[in-house]
Amino acid sequence: MTLILAALVVWAIGWGLNIWISHQKPGRWQSIVSAIIFGITLVIMWELIVRGSGISPVILPPPSMIINAFATSTDILAADFIQTFMKGVLTGYAMGCAAAFLTALAIDRSDFLKRGLLPIGNFVAALPIIGMAPILVMWFGFDWHSKAAVVVIMIFFPILINTVQGLDAADKMQKDLMRTYAASYWQSLFKLRLPAAAPFIFNGLKIASTLALIGAIVAEFFGSPIVGMGFRISTGAGRLELDLVWAEIVVAAVAGSAFYGIVALIERKATFWHPSQRK
Amino acid sequence: MDDIVIKAENLCLTFETNDGPVHALKDVDLTIDKGEFVSFIGPSGCGKTTFLRVLADLETPTGGTVCVNGMTPREARRKRAYGFVFQAAGLYPWRTISGNIKLPLEIMGIPRAEQKQLVEEVLDLVHLSGFENKFPWQLSGGMQQRASIARALAFHADILLMDEPFGALDEIVRDHLNEQLLELWAKTNKTIGFVTHSIPEAVYLSTKIVVMSPRPGRVTEVIESTLPKERPLDIRESPEFLDLAHRVREGLRAGHEDDA
Repeated sequence: MTLILAALVVWAIGWGLNIWISHQKPGRWQSIVSAIIFGITLVIMWELIVRGSGISPVILPPPSMIINAFATSTDILAADFIQTFMKGVLTGYAMGCAAAFLTALAIDRSDFLKRGLLPIGNFVAALPIIGMAPILVMWFGFDWHSKAAVVVIMIFFPILINTVQGLDAADKMQKDLMRTYAASYWQSLFKLRLPAAAPFIFNGLKIASTLALIGAIVAEFFGSPIVGMGFRISTGAGRLELDLVWAEIVVAAVAGSAFYGIVALIERKATFWHPSQRK
Repeated sequence: MDDIVIKAENLCLTFETNDGPVHALKDVDLTIDKGEFVSFIGPSGCGKTTFLRVLADLETPTGGTVCVNGMTPREARRKRAYGFVFQAAGLYPWRTISGNIKLPLEIMGIPRAEQKQLVEEVLDLVHLSGFENKFPWQLSGGMQQRASIARALAFHADILLMDEPFGALDEIVRDHLNEQLLELWAKTNKTIGFVTHSIPEAVYLSTKIVVMSPRPGRVTEVIESTLPKERPLDIRESPEFLDLAHRVREGLRAGHEDDA
């Protein structure tokens, strides 16, 4: 009971602190600091309430247990991260992006493909592709190759559809302008249509960056060597090592946000001219 | 004759639409000599923009012949015989002003050192020196349109085709740009085709005013200007100017009457 009361006190202190900060002179630091205070308050309350009300660590371990698991099994987490993220996700992401991009160019050039392939693309993009994961594990083996394959098919269609749409984004007048210069297909592609498509392509890349991690982790549930984030999550849950499962989830969350953040940062640099990015 | 730049004979263009054929141009005959400033004026739907686009090979005529520099429009386009200025500036937002003006030069494979020199030259011509590193969205509408004119001038085509280039700008900016355009025309001695729906603009700028009327789009009158080549802005209050404007207005009205 005292721990729960303490949680309420911590909450009140955090709230009070943030009210005080919001009344200070405005500056960039405020939003960052108040966000940090909010996060810390939340973690401390989690710890105190879980301990105070005697919740079983199998249902929800306190943050201290998760941090402890993090510290004692850093090597396991690092190996899992390399297996799943560096090998499965990044390889699959690179291959899927390249394949989707080149297919989009082909579709854009050929009316036949545009009419034939694009409707199928739209259809497949709406399917829960993750259901294909067990089959791909059969096809490409237990190691990271099958995870990369799942990532490729998960991200292929979102990027394809966004890129095809983007290649259509240059307006008629700008295309006419290229025609008055007697520009070739490739000149008008590189100088007009790809830059105009960039905001759409980056949209696809951002969607794909989150899908890729989901795909690689879930694919490991259906068979993997004895390493990998998805493997650890499913076996850890089976052995009631929930603190390790949570530590793995923290790693996935950080890696996923960082991946998305990096793509968003590149987008910002590359499409600085777009109204949504201008300062 | 040697100095005929544009010659159209019995030019027809019919668009097939769901509501049946639309005669955008019907039996248009017109010759434009070298160094002329020709305005096309008429209500919307009279085919003035379509005619300009036919000259630029952006539309294909369905009948008659048209010659640009003694070639078909297609050959003329491939030889980069003209610069085209559209209704909106249409600058690429990811390129700076000088990057935008370099665009046609890059496509045409002009050496880099020469590109730089050409850009400086045309920026000076449209009074935009000092703005080369700005992005289009950092400039006013009038400045953007001047940059797009610079882009059309950069590769030294003899013909400049302009499709209502100042239509979206306010009157004060427009007056200013008209004055600059005349100055530029005097300096470069280009042949200019200029679409507008403003009578004062057409009279002030042109050596020849082509009055057109709609349904079907055709030329109803060609008025040769009697104004001197040197034209200060206040020439617009002279009796000669007002007389010309009156004739253009009568021409436009006549075109409407046979429509009714």
